[in-house]
Amino acid sequence: MTDTMTAPPRELLPSPRPATVRKPGHVRRLTRNLLVALLVVVEVTPLLWLVLSSFKTQSEFVNDPAWSLPSKWDLHNYADAWTTGHVAVYVRNSLLATAPSLALIIVLGTAAGFALEVMIWRGRHQVLLVFLVGIMVPSQMILLPLFRVYFQTGLSGTMWPLIITYTAVGLPLTVFMMATYFRAVPREIFEAATLDGAGMLTAFWRIGFPAVRNAVFTVALVQFFFIWNDLLISLTFTTDDDLRTIQVGLLNFTGQYGETAYGPLFAAISINVVGALVLYLLINQRIIKGLTAGAVKG
Amino acid sequence: MRSVLGDRRAIAVLLGPALLVYTLVMLVPMGWSLGYTFFKGNVIEGFTFGGFGNFEKLWHDPQAHSALWFTFKYGIAVSAGQVFCGYVLALLYVFVLRRSSAVVRTLVFFPVILPTVAVALMFQKLFAVAPQNGLANIALEGLGLHHGDWFAGAGGSFIVLVLMDVWRSMGFYGVLIFAGLLDIPDETLESARLDGATGWRLIRHIVLPLSAPVLLSSIVFSINGTLKVFDSVLALTNGGPGSDTTPLTLYMFRTAFSYGDYGYGSTIASLLTVVCLGVTLIIFRFSRRDLTKG
Repeated sequence: MTDTMTAPPRELLPSPRPATVRKPGHVRRLTRNLLVALLVVVEVTPLLWLVLSSFKTQSEFVNDPAWSLPSKWDLHNYADAWTTGHVAVYVRNSLLATAPSLALIIVLGTAAGFALEVMIWRGRHQVLLVFLVGIMVPSQMILLPLFRVYFQTGLSGTMWPLIITYTAVGLPLTVFMMATYFRAVPREIFEAATLDGAGMLTAFWRIGFPAVRNAVFTVALVQFFFIWNDLLISLTFTTDDDLRTIQVGLLNFTGQYGETAYGPLFAAISINVVGALVLYLLINQRIIKGLTAGAVKG
Repeated sequence: MRSVLGDRRAIAVLLGPALLVYTLVMLVPMGWSLGYTFFKGNVIEGFTFGGFGNFEKLWHDPQAHSALWFTFKYGIAVSAGQVFCGYVLALLYVFVLRRSSAVVRTLVFFPVILPTVAVALMFQKLFAVAPQNGLANIALEGLGLHHGDWFAGAGGSFIVLVLMDVWRSMGFYGVLIFAGLLDIPDETLESARLDGATGWRLIRHIVLPLSAPVLLSSIVFSINGTLKVFDSVLALTNGGPGSDTTPLTLYMFRTAFSYGDYGYGSTIASLLTVVCLGVTLIIFRFSRRDLTKG
């Protein structure tokens, strides 16, 4: 918020910073270019190598040095990973676990954040503190009792243990962040809405939820990456091979495929990385903006 | 107006579901887990009351000690690396790259969203020696620094683990701290520069103290995450060689699910919880004392 308000004057001023720079321009430019080059090498090289390697044949892995390029550019390894390596099944399972949890986290978390921040009642600060505890306590603390309950209620063979656990684990941070975002929305808006005859529930759904739309997006992203990349919870509750999510599947990939099938392994990792890259290119502006606007000022 | 904002039915409808799920799936199991610490056994074999036996066992268990020690060692090394690299990146964005930093910010942030297991498997291959020397080893040898199998010893495994987790997360802390540095008013920096503070002195005496709040929240965030490390260790070293890179989280998981000891597993989980809460409180204590001094 402060950012956007101070931005115009900054642009209008005759840019005070360069005037005080003591170093000559070309030294500065050289340092800058070297730093950026170093960063690019450190960030990009491993990923580039990973994707290049996913096209190599088994004999290229064994006989050629790691920096050599693949001789052919076919998608053989990808086809192997996707079908015989079950990556398609893992991706489907991950989607089946992530989508419902995410929807529940957003709806329940935003409503709770609204009730805790906008509405006025005794004890709301204490309830918010109780939610805060959930952010700090490690998930290991809830695994065993949940495992027992899921086992005894017969939920173990389904996706429900994952959906239920992800929802509960995601709620504390979501409630807390949402409460923070609602702080920026003046209460008078909701009071005005009720003057026009709307109840508080309508006011929440029609005005409150749209007012924090951008925040909902940010929180949804944070939670999406948490759930999609989770290993602990999915490893604990997916006892069935057919229910493995992408992380668990990837972890067991070497085991079930044989230690030596490097090509399909690299392809399976690349599918993850390229998928994340596509998603990231679509939304990265919003992630970084949301992080900049929300995380610190909260 | 108070009556509208205090509408009890609306509060119940809005807060109720979230509070119910949170209570049933997190609060109750937390208490339940605490209860387990007094028992031995598991669901299949049944439970027997053991009093404080699990706590005594924990006190004398060399594997628990080494797991606790590893958790601290890892937490300190990775948190220091994450926050330091993040701070340097943020300084780079604000003072060197300035308005053209968006592209670099985007690039360095990308590994943050990569699945940990994928990153870990990639680093395994980067530092591998068979069937072919990994890219990292080739680069090191090019610099004349020969290193054998990284994953054969505790030291090598630890180094790769720390490198990987810092590589993965520094972009996140870069952006977080960058946002904090933007809040420092231009006028303050300008008047400090007029007083002759440039370069390192400007950072040491002006930027660092003014960014203390965001630095503190970064440290708390980082420590809390690193003490709970699980997936990167499991996927990169699987706790090995031996149990040299086994943190409390992994030791708890093994105790509970591989050896079926729910009671002792819960005791380890409780120790981890106490460590997380304790370290967070200690950091807050220290920071408050420092702020009053400065």
